[in-house]
Formats: sequence, structure tokens, C-alpha cells
Amino acid sequence: MAKQLMCGSHVIGEAATRAGCRFYAGYPITPQNELPEYMSKRFAKMDDATFIQAESELAAINMVMGASMAGVRAMTSSSSPGISLKQEGISYIAGMELPAVIVNIMRGGPGLGNIAPSQQDYFQATRGGGHGGYRTIVLAPCSGQEMVTLTMKAFDLADAYRTPVLVLGDGLMGQMMEPVTFPDPIDPATLPQKDWVLDGAGGRDSRLVSSLILDPIDMEQHNWKLAEKYEAICEREARYESYFLDDAVLAVVAFGTAARIAKGAVNRVRKAGLKVGLFRPISLWPFPEKELKALSRTIKHLLVFEMNTGQMVEDVKISVGEQATVDFHGRPGGIISTPHEIAGVVTKLFYRYEQDD
Amino acid sequence: MAKQVFKRPEALKENSTHYCPGCGHGIIHRLIAEVIDELGIRDKTVGVPPAGCAVLAYNYIDVDMGEAPHGRAIAVATGIKRTRPALVVFTYQGDGDIAAIGTAEAIHAANRGECLSVIFVNNGVYGMTGGQMAPTTLLGQITTTTPGGRLPLRDGFPLDLSQMLAVAGGSVYIERTTVASPKNIIRTKKAIKKVFQVQMDGLGFALVEILSQCPTNWKLSPVTACRRVEEEVVKIYPLGVIKDTREKSN
Repeated sequence: MAKQLMCGSHVIGEAATRAGCRFYAGYPITPQNELPEYMSKRFAKMDDATFIQAESELAAINMVMGASMAGVRAMTSSSSPGISLKQEGISYIAGMELPAVIVNIMRGGPGLGNIAPSQQDYFQATRGGGHGGYRTIVLAPCSGQEMVTLTMKAFDLADAYRTPVLVLGDGLMGQMMEPVTFPDPIDPATLPQKDWVLDGAGGRDSRLVSSLILDPIDMEQHNWKLAEKYEAICEREARYESYFLDDAVLAVVAFGTAARIAKGAVNRVRKAGLKVGLFRPISLWPFPEKELKALSRTIKHLLVFEMNTGQMVEDVKISVGEQATVDFHGRPGGIISTPHEIAGVVTKLFYRYEQDD
Repeated sequence: MAKQVFKRPEALKENSTHYCPGCGHGIIHRLIAEVIDELGIRDKTVGVPPAGCAVLAYNYIDVDMGEAPHGRAIAVATGIKRTRPALVVFTYQGDGDIAAIGTAEAIHAANRGECLSVIFVNNGVYGMTGGQMAPTTLLGQITTTTPGGRLPLRDGFPLDLSQMLAVAGGSVYIERTTVASPKNIIRTKKAIKKVFQVQMDGLGFALVEILSQCPTNWKLSPVTACRRVEEEVVKIYPLGVIKDTREKSN
């Protein structure tokens, strides 16, 4: 298929459709309005797909919950303040063990914040976000093409583990236009059958999809069951990218847009002969902890760069312990750093540690 | 051989309910099950129970059930029905659920004309949490959060949600009944059947508001509680058909 020039939000919409998504409910919020707009247009041409502009984020996520109960691949999207509202439903979806895909095109915060790109929802995304001690798989693309693969992957993971999956982008990822190619669409009829779907109790016992477990003994068991599932996800689903790490003495650790900027910075400092690379977590939960820990046996200096005041840096510190130094550079509030700025930070740090070492 | 004149509906499980003596939920569950049997739709019905006393409705009504967060039953039901239009999808919601925390979902689903059947049980209090004031609580009524009685300028007025939903363009049939006397129980069953039929005919949003008694939280005997429904509550929430545009919708 030929390359197409598309903005990130449209890419996610098209990738979702090709992954077999047949239900979308959403509510307008900048900077992700292009996504519901795309879904409304795309689904209008399809007989088997439903688009609903919901009255609220709460309604949208609960409609997705219902569609998922009925067995279709379902998605909603929003930006930071709207994702806060959706947390109620995400917690229920996790507790009920339903698949669903939720897209967060992050903006600056807290509160109403602004509409500029930011990574300030890392904690919310990777710690579950709502009540009850659950986790959501979090995938953080850094390019249009990766939005294609990760959005499609999100639906597979959601079905495989019966769990909500977040695609975490930001205002820049959502708006930026890039050339992308798409794989052939998946026919939903060819997807594995789900034996828990609510489709009417004809010729079988009635089914129940619920998160209410009043007996503490049963609730404890359910919590352990979820914990085992999360452990299996950590074991199997950590994703990351290495860039110029083989001979590096310093590695930048960054995700999403920040990683894209950091890559530019690495290219710059490499030209000046500095042995610097990039470690890019693609899954933020599960965090590629083991891989980063292994890396810190040879690379003793890490610089975490985030478009916030320091969130992923905690996971980096947990991963490497005392094996490497961990420095942080952050730009919260919607500031987009340039590769030049990050190259400056990297260069200073590089020479400082060269002197120390 | 003796002729069987009374039996458990097919759509009702063989469980004793957890409801308090005199509560209306058990009666309403049975009526829904009878209607499902009579319409022959047990194998294509999906119910969405609420958070509240009837959260365990799936222990009694024997159809596929998908639980919803408090107030969101209609949104969840919308997702199910739009995905599988051949199903008959009903929600079962209390007055706190639909008339307070879930008002937005109710109004907008009615406005979009979602083909859903809503069973709205109005007993004027939050039953499961111990009898706090609901939006539907009558003026002067004593509850655990209006110990001196409900005052309109402090606590608000009794909210007539059914009237509000009748204003929405996509609502087709709305009726208010009670389960406080045999005569009205029979009327309620007919109304439940109508709200299912409206959905099966693909006409739009249909709701039955059932005024029910909560003897425990009203601190009345079951008999006195039933009398209160039919003597006092109906003065504020008059019985009858509130909206019927079935002809026009056809």
C-alpha cells in the first residue's frame, strides 16, 4: 500500500479501524478532536460500525464498556482532563476483565492546564489511574508509523489479556503529519471467539459481567488473579528501542515525543564524537525494567528527559538502583524542547562524568 | 391430574431474594421475568442492573447481565444495544441512580432515542446505603441526611425525572405506576410489557417509572408503606402515561 500523509490522530483512527475496531464513543477535547472526527467519517461508511458522540467522557467510557461486553473491539479517546473523567470506567473495565483501548493525547496540566503537548500523565497512566489497584498496559508511540503498529497491537493485547490498554500520545504526536503505510484490514469475523460475551442466553446458561465481589475471600482471589495476569504481562510484554547503545557511556532515557527529540540530540552529539545513545521505553507499563537494568551494567550514566517535572525517572531509578547515575532534565507545561537544547544538556553531563570517571 | 395454575417464570432463577420484607424489588423482578417469558425473548435479552439495592438482580433474573457503575447503566446499555441491535436490552435503576448521579446519561439517551427499555424504580431514598435523601424524596420527609425533614431551599425539590425525559425528542413511551396494590401491580406489568415492546418495534426510548415502597428506610410497616405510596407519593408523582408517541413513531 502506498504511503499516505496523515496527522497522528487520523493515523490512530485508521489503524483502529483496520485492527477491527467497530465501536467508538468520544467527547470533544483539544488536542485530539481530529480523532473522533475521523471516526465519525470513517464509521459512517461502514454498516457494522458504531460512532457515538457521547454527552460526557463518563458516558463514552461506559458505552465502550457495554460494547466490549457485547464482544466488539471498542475504543475511546480523549486528552488529559477527559482521561481523568474516564478513570471510573477504566477501573470497572479492569475489574470486569474486559478488553478496551483508550487513547490519551496528553496536554499540559494539572486542572484545565493548556492544550500544548506534554507527558504529564505518566503517573496516572502507568499506576492504573483510578481506584482499586489495577494496571493498564500503556503503549507510547513516537512516530506516525509506530502509531499504526501500536494502535493495532493495543487491540490484540486488550483481547489477549482481557484488560484495558492505553495508547499514550501527546498534542504533538496527535497533530503532526507524517507519511505512513497501513497493513491490510483485519476482518473482525476472523478474530478469536470470546466465550464470555453478552449476546443473549440462547441454548446456554445466562452470563454475568461484573466487578462486584462482596465476599472478601472471593475478592482477594480476584485481586490475586489480576496480579498474576499483570505479572505475566510484565514477563512478556515489555517493549523498548535501543539507539546507538553498543558503545555508549551515557544513555538518554525518553519516551514518545521526548524520545524523538532526544534522538535528534543523540545524532548531534555523535557527530561531535560523544559516545551517547538512547533507550526508549515503548511500553511504559510494563516498564522495560530488566532490559534497562542489564544496560546499566555497561552504561553507567543515564539522563532521563521527560516533558514533565520527573515521573518516569522514578521507574528508571527503580530499575537501575545504584548501578548507574540517573540525572533528569524536564520541560513541563507544554514546552517542546529542541534537539539543540537536549544536545546541550547531554554534552555538559557527558564531559562532567568524563572528568569524574 | 391437577392443572398447574401458578409457577415460577422461566426467566426467574430459583433463589430467594435478599430484599427486606415488603420491598417492591422482588415484585418488579418477577414482573420483568413474566414479561420476558410472555414475549419469548429470554434468549435475546440482556439486562443492566444498577449500583444500589438491586445490584444483585442478576441472582434472580435469568438472562445475560452486564453490571454498570452507579448511574451509568444507560450508557453501558447503549454500548450493548448499538453493538447488537437484535438484542432486547433493559436497564434497572433506582432513583438515586437515574435521577441523581445518572441524570445526564438518562436525558441524552432519551434525546438520542436509544432503543432501550428502562425500569426506573422510585422509592424516594437511597436504600442500600441506609436511607439518605434522594432527589425524589418528598418535601418534609425525614431521611438520614434530612433529619428534620426535606427543606426545599436547602435540599431541593422532589425531581420529576420522567417529566424531564418526556421533553426529550427521542423518548417514545413513558408511564408511571406503582407496585403498592394488586391492581397497580397488574398495571405495572402491562407497562413493563409496553416498554419492552417499544424497543422490539424499534421505536426509541421507553421507560416505566415504578413508585415502590421502602418500609425499612421509611421506618413504616410494609402495609403502611404501601398505603403511603398510594396516598401521599402519588400526589407528587401522579400515575399514568406521561408520554406516548408510538403512533407517530410508527
